[in-house]
Amino acid sequence: MFKLEKRPQPSQAFAYLTPILAIVATMIAGGLLFMMLGKNPFESIRTIFWDPLFGEFAFYYRPQLLVKGGPLILIAIGLSLGFRAGIWNIGAEGQYIVGAICGAGVGLAFYPLEAWFIFPLMIIAGAFGGWVWAMIPALLKVRFQTNEILVSLMLVYVAEQLLASMSLGLLKNPDGHGFPGSRNLKDYPSAFNDEVITGSGMHWGVVAAFIAVIFAYILLNRHMLGFSIRLTGEAPRAARFASVNPTRLILFCLGMSGALAGLAGLFEVAGPAGQISIDFNTGYGFTAIIVAFLGRLHPVGILFAGLLMALTYIGGEIAQANLGLPAAAIQLFQGMLLFFLLAVDLLTNYRIKRISKEAV
Amino acid sequence: MDLSAINPALLLASLLVAATPILLAGIGELVVERAGVLNLGVEGMMITGAICGFMATIVTGTPLLGFIFAALGGAGLAFLFALLTQYTLANQVASGLALTLFGLGLSSLLGQDYVGLKPPSTPQLDIPVLSDLPFLGTVLFSHDLMVYFGIGLVAAVWAVLKYTRAGLVLRAVGENHEAAHALGYKVVRIRVLAILFGGACAGLGGAYISLVRVPQWTEGMTAGAGWIALALVVFASWKPWRVLLGAWLFGGVTVLQLNFQAAGVAIPVEYLSMSPYIITIVVLVIMSADKSRAPASLGRIFHASS
Amino acid sequence: MKFTKLLATAAVALGVATSAFADDKTKVGFVYVGPVGDGGWTYEHNKGRLAVEAEFGDKVETVYVENVPEGADAERVMTQMALQGADLIFTTSFGYMDPTINVAKKFPNVKFEHATGYKTAENVSVYSARFYEGRAIQGHIAGNMTESNIIGYIGSFPIPEVIRGINSAFIHARKVNPDVQFKIVWAYTWFDPAKEADAAKVLIEQGADVILQHTDSTAPLAAAAAAGNVIGFGQASDMAEFKDGPRVSSIIDDWAPYYIARTKAVMDGTWATKSTWDGIGAGMVGIGDITDKVPASVKAEALALKDALASGEYHAFTGPINKQDGSPWLAEGETADDGTLAGMNFYVEGLEGDIPQ
Repeated sequence: MFKLEKRPQPSQAFAYLTPILAIVATMIAGGLLFMMLGKNPFESIRTIFWDPLFGEFAFYYRPQLLVKGGPLILIAIGLSLGFRAGIWNIGAEGQYIVGAICGAGVGLAFYPLEAWFIFPLMIIAGAFGGWVWAMIPALLKVRFQTNEILVSLMLVYVAEQLLASMSLGLLKNPDGHGFPGSRNLKDYPSAFNDEVITGSGMHWGVVAAFIAVIFAYILLNRHMLGFSIRLTGEAPRAARFASVNPTRLILFCLGMSGALAGLAGLFEVAGPAGQISIDFNTGYGFTAIIVAFLGRLHPVGILFAGLLMALTYIGGEIAQANLGLPAAAIQLFQGMLLFFLLAVDLLTNYRIKRISKEAV
Repeated sequence: MDLSAINPALLLASLLVAATPILLAGIGELVVERAGVLNLGVEGMMITGAICGFMATIVTGTPLLGFIFAALGGAGLAFLFALLTQYTLANQVASGLALTLFGLGLSSLLGQDYVGLKPPSTPQLDIPVLSDLPFLGTVLFSHDLMVYFGIGLVAAVWAVLKYTRAGLVLRAVGENHEAAHALGYKVVRIRVLAILFGGACAGLGGAYISLVRVPQWTEGMTAGAGWIALALVVFASWKPWRVLLGAWLFGGVTVLQLNFQAAGVAIPVEYLSMSPYIITIVVLVIMSADKSRAPASLGRIFHASS
Repeated sequence: MKFTKLLATAAVALGVATSAFADDKTKVGFVYVGPVGDGGWTYEHNKGRLAVEAEFGDKVETVYVENVPEGADAERVMTQMALQGADLIFTTSFGYMDPTINVAKKFPNVKFEHATGYKTAENVSVYSARFYEGRAIQGHIAGNMTESNIIGYIGSFPIPEVIRGINSAFIHARKVNPDVQFKIVWAYTWFDPAKEADAAKVLIEQGADVILQHTDSTAPLAAAAAAGNVIGFGQASDMAEFKDGPRVSSIIDDWAPYYIARTKAVMDGTWATKSTWDGIGAGMVGIGDITDKVPASVKAEALALKDALASGEYHAFTGPINKQDGSPWLAEGETADDGTLAGMNFYVEGLEGDIPQ
């Protein structure tokens, strides 16, 4: 018989060891899956994990990791603040969309004027759009105690309709021959979110993601507000005695996560995506929730988790094209990776003890 | 604009059908949450149920067997969630989301050879006198069996939760798992059973889409119904009959907006398409006057030795 | 370590079939917006890919990536295919237009083919199908067969492609039946079978006895089957499984001839940029078998119309046609030019309601 015993302190060693353990377990299980699909498991795993980093074309894929991981990290950092305090913003996808619409809208309003202030204004508008969209569940929660999970989730669907309407109406490219979608911001230098260093994949959104990681780290470890957040999540009753103001906390956490999601949307639409279109959103807002948890809600953890997620996406695409693995197999593989990462977390917080039958 | 084109009897009838998948999944999730577990993987379990049911129906030719396999498939996926959250004590929100990802992938893999097939039709209820009643016959007595099964399930869940000892224990586990444990209830076992029940219901809901409402198999065909089912449970403030009400409301608004469009009502389409979601939020605010709250242990991890 | 050993054993067991690409093989890449199992748009493109493989056998290698979101992801997938040595890449969604152009700039030696767009370059061609020709035939059959004089139309998004289809079907339905009315429902989604089913049911409940659809699932046909006396048409694929039920004909996207021709052109070194907009004549738009539910005379007319469209002797938009507000668009005998058709954003006279903007 085995018995779980809670560790008095989470194990430091296991906190570092478990992700590796999980990845190894995923490679074995995934390898078996790929073998069942008639592919060479060794080659499949290598294609997903090794090729993007060290393969022949790694010079191209490494920057792409930042492009794909940047928005995930930026959104997940914002979400993690709320999650720590027990405030569940599930609707980052909607805030991402609205941020993109507002930011792109401001940029397009100035077209074809070229000026230095346009891009900064777009950034403000993007953050503001996401913030407003997140304030709806926040204010409803503060005023009416409505559930923020549900409201923020419903607002994702509303935002998707809004996006479609914008691509077909207000923001439609006047020179687009009637086709849906806005002008491409890549062709509008003042509004284009270009790479900071050419060929590095580092556009301003990635920079913002790194700043957010540092900011969140300092906030959580050095600042009173960060302490309030942690206390509310870990010991709600103690937080009340420490006179933490829950209303302020809700407004801050939801507002912050909304603003960051909005920023991610703006940087995406002004950079890698280039335009507002009906299918502009690709699920970053939902994937970021997983990233936040994989990173154990810790800023540095989220940084690595975001990059790992990006790796499986990019590696997965290579595996599809080169080995003919169906996209579904990659999805399944990602699911497995998450399962294992979540499951091995057990070892960090608990130890397994062997006990004899009589002792039960 | 010609509102007379909208036939209220047919509107109500199609409302019942549109509500059934989310109703089934929602009532299952309600039981899970009443046991103190938050499973966000409903979408994954629904789509797995949709393909399992579809495959079984094509292979056996019997929709009834299809639905049984759909329930098994949904429960099978839910068992993974139970393993993660109840035995390895993983975070429920993240596990649920991972389950959705996994379920979507699994269903597409399983369904590769089933695209473009047409399943045998599910039998309709046809009661000689009742089904021919002028208004009620159309609204109430002309559906397939799953519509009635869904409503019956709501009644059963309500009765079990309210009047039976099993229901009492389930609620106790959801409200305060430490106390329930101290009283000698097997918290983990009860929760695993609840999770399996939730998975089976979600599977049935998914199969209803692939076997009756559409009916065909295409990847990702549940298209977000699982998330709506989750919303329903919160909307219903964890009360079974309100899940039914919520499902009808949501199904009703969806069908009504299409009716308005077809009748040429001059409201912009995008706002009509948004309306089910906005109305859900509005109703939620109105219902916030009701102070019933979530099960106290919802989403919290239980470990016996702590 | 045990695990490496396991993997190594497995690798040996399978034989490390690493890629020894022969250089004379032409490599063709396909970027899909949906899953190959969607039973509609992507499914048909993938059938085209398989046709290329069947045609050239060992001489080609095809690769594809499915479910590729538009934007940055699409650019990465195309770049990756180009890096891996693809000679020809088909990008099969309108939203891939700008990414295709961007990637094409970086790989001047790789040929790109973008579906349904309008931007070309030295190494980028565009291709699309004149589905509206098929719609004309559908409209003809629908106008003849409706008894309630109400035809339901399920649109996805109000974009030129869909609006063109509605206009074409309407013009030809009115020609044979001046009393016919169209009821149009916009689903505002490309893909949600349950919503499509609901939309079809609503239209039938409001009196439509013919359902035309511009969404790809069979859900509307199933709804028509359930309702009884309602007919519908297959969309994107033949949907022949509904033949003994409501499906009286279909529009089939047949990309195979084009894909084969373009691959051949790359092999022969004759590939050049062009804008292709093919219809029934070139075989890009197929009309599925018209069933016996359709009266023989109507069927004969429909087939005659098909032949006239195919030979180019008749254009689906031939004047006199007025716009919805009554202002003249095409004079007697005048035919629509491709530019107007490509960006069509108005209804023709007789259609009711506004196009959502």
